[in-house]
Amino acid sequence: MFVVTEARTLAPDIRLIRVGAPRIARRRQAGQFVIVRVDAEFGERIPLTIADSDEDDGTITLIVQGVGKTTKLLNMLQPGETIADVVGPLGQPSDIRNFGTVVVVGGGVGTAIAYPTAVALKRAGNHVIGIVGARTKDILILEQEMGATTDELYFMTDDGSYGERGFVTQKLQSLLEEGRNIDHVLAIGPIPMMQAIADVTRPRDISTIVSLNPIMVDGTGMCGGCRVLVGGQSKFACVDGPEFDAHDVDFTILAQRNTMYRRHERGALEQLELTSEHCCQLRLQHPDVGPDVQAP
Amino acid sequence: MAERLPPKERTKVPRQEMPERDAQERACNFDEVNLGFESALAEKEAQRCLSCTDPKCMHGCPVGVQVREFVDLVLEGNYLDAAAKIREDNVLPAVTGRVCPQENQCEGACILSKRFAPLAIGHLERFVADYERATGQVGLPERAPATGKKVAVVGSGPAGLSCAGDLTLKGHDVTVLEALHEIGGVLVYGIPEFRLPKEIVRGEVENLRRMGVEFETNVVVGKTVTMDELFDEEGYEAVFIATGAGLPRFMNLPGEHLGGVYSANEFLTRVNLMKAYDTEHSDSPIYECRDRNVAVMGGGNTAMDAVRSALRLGAKNAYIVYRRGEEEMPARTEEVHHARDEGVQFMNLHNPIEFLGNDEGYLTGVQLIKMELGEPDDSGRRRPVPIEGSEFVMPIDVAVIAIGTGANPLVQASTPGLDTNKWGYIVADDQTLRTSRRGVFAGGDIVSGAATVILAMGAGRTAAKSIHQYLETGVW
Repeated sequence: MFVVTEARTLAPDIRLIRVGAPRIARRRQAGQFVIVRVDAEFGERIPLTIADSDEDDGTITLIVQGVGKTTKLLNMLQPGETIADVVGPLGQPSDIRNFGTVVVVGGGVGTAIAYPTAVALKRAGNHVIGIVGARTKDILILEQEMGATTDELYFMTDDGSYGERGFVTQKLQSLLEEGRNIDHVLAIGPIPMMQAIADVTRPRDISTIVSLNPIMVDGTGMCGGCRVLVGGQSKFACVDGPEFDAHDVDFTILAQRNTMYRRHERGALEQLELTSEHCCQLRLQHPDVGPDVQAP
Repeated sequence: MAERLPPKERTKVPRQEMPERDAQERACNFDEVNLGFESALAEKEAQRCLSCTDPKCMHGCPVGVQVREFVDLVLEGNYLDAAAKIREDNVLPAVTGRVCPQENQCEGACILSKRFAPLAIGHLERFVADYERATGQVGLPERAPATGKKVAVVGSGPAGLSCAGDLTLKGHDVTVLEALHEIGGVLVYGIPEFRLPKEIVRGEVENLRRMGVEFETNVVVGKTVTMDELFDEEGYEAVFIATGAGLPRFMNLPGEHLGGVYSANEFLTRVNLMKAYDTEHSDSPIYECRDRNVAVMGGGNTAMDAVRSALRLGAKNAYIVYRRGEEEMPARTEEVHHARDEGVQFMNLHNPIEFLGNDEGYLTGVQLIKMELGEPDDSGRRRPVPIEGSEFVMPIDVAVIAIGTGANPLVQASTPGLDTNKWGYIVADDQTLRTSRRGVFAGGDIVSGAATVILAMGAGRTAAKSIHQYLETGVW
């Protein structure tokens, strides 16, 4: 069992969770992930990138957007509660070198995945330009953290409620059109965003890395469920990735494979919502019921 | 206690077969197929043993179970002592009694098999192990005084468990490190419930725990902790690598990325370890098989496990697509018979050449080509040759690729100085299972390539002896 030491809300449906996992905290490098299972009996295994770690107190930090049943269960956790299984650090660490000028693009909760690599790139001596995108101001995350680790930081919102109005690709495009010399790009976010960034950098031959999020089971190369097509070759995101050359990734196949269980996922969510509603009502009627039926 | 029949009479008793659940009934659920012996059946079968002075069965067993002795105890009605006798050499009797290919091991060597059917050693083993479990009086062997020496076992499959059990009895402190969240390796992620109920595996693991074996889940050696750290920082004096052959092989055919195409590892892991068969409770989905067509590519035991699982998930048609003929099938005869009885359709001498899908990326069919058998190949089996122009499309919704597995490179890649062969398996000495690194031993599928539970357990025992010797003498 892995004990949650801190849990707080960063934005609607996005929570930061710190959990005790000393061995992982000690070994993890930027770009790596853990596989997490919340419920000990019937829980599914999901991959989550490690946003940060503290070797001294033996904790790792996860930033979780509640989109499916397991992520929503994670986001209900309070300090002192436990996660059944946390295993890692898995996957290859990010390629950290002094490239020169790098652009780190984070879309939505992808910013949380890009953040640790941005920190490492900055430490390696790069001039780091951050472009953070979100639908709207309220769901922007890690604003301060990204501010502290980048040399320049731009915000893009779909509705113009913060920073500039528009997409992260537009910002990257305009930097390039201004004649900025960009040596390397890291883009992490929704699949269409990563694909669009790849399309912007491909004609200019700028090395571009994306972090992929296919469905995984074991995370150690055993099941092959996370296979992605990269440069015409089948790769396992869990052991060969999760980061790949954006110009070689077949994003269409990735997007299709990620929808494989959509119907099941919807069903599981509906059930969870029914149960949490039930728990909320239960709590209203019986304010003293135990912590395991508390909704957030 | 039963009166022993004179030797001549013993051979007149027919082999007692295992009662099994009705094929139609069992094809719809994940309940165990084989139902086990009652004591009367067990006694009758035990009467058939000729009590050879040089029992061939024992030599045919990779862990050397004292068959004659335990069968004698069954005849005496001392079922608990019989189980304890098996446990002296085999830490997982309830498991091996179910999944061993006895026809190639103990029963294949049984002297009776020359003229009659061999003694049903597997059925008897299972009977006493189940009897023991039901009474809760498990006769665990005695542990030697503590040596204070720490050994890490990497992987909790049959090789790891067997090694851990033996070393613990020698008095060493053994910790088994498992990457997944449950102990048992292939016994929990691979072999389905209807052949090996997970309750049985949990019971055997609990027995090992009571013997003193420590278990840690969620530890990926090479990632969570390295080999160097195990020795230098965590104080282990020897490590046994028993990580199995867990890397799925694909066929590299067009369309293999379509939704609905699985490796056997993923399909079985979802169904078994993640309990996807329990759709009401499990959070892990499996692509819908109910009322749909499922084809499993391959002819081994894993292929049979996958196709029989698909039937139980409600498949309308469940096919085995195998490029050779039934005679060449590597699966156990019993598994093939069980599959056929349950309604699996065999498309032998067929090979897939392309997976076909719709615009949304979901599998809709597979293009197959018919094969015929040509001259024998390196394996001695007749080589399958495609019949030109015989291609046709079979509509399917789910495909499972069960053509074998390879070596997972995680441990090797992160352990400097550990030699591997050209296929990525770890190189270990045949006799001692020593690797190229001092203090590191390896055995089971990660050395031999995919084999059987009992061969892996045999390797575990060999490793335990060798590790014990190394710890005692310090000589490498």
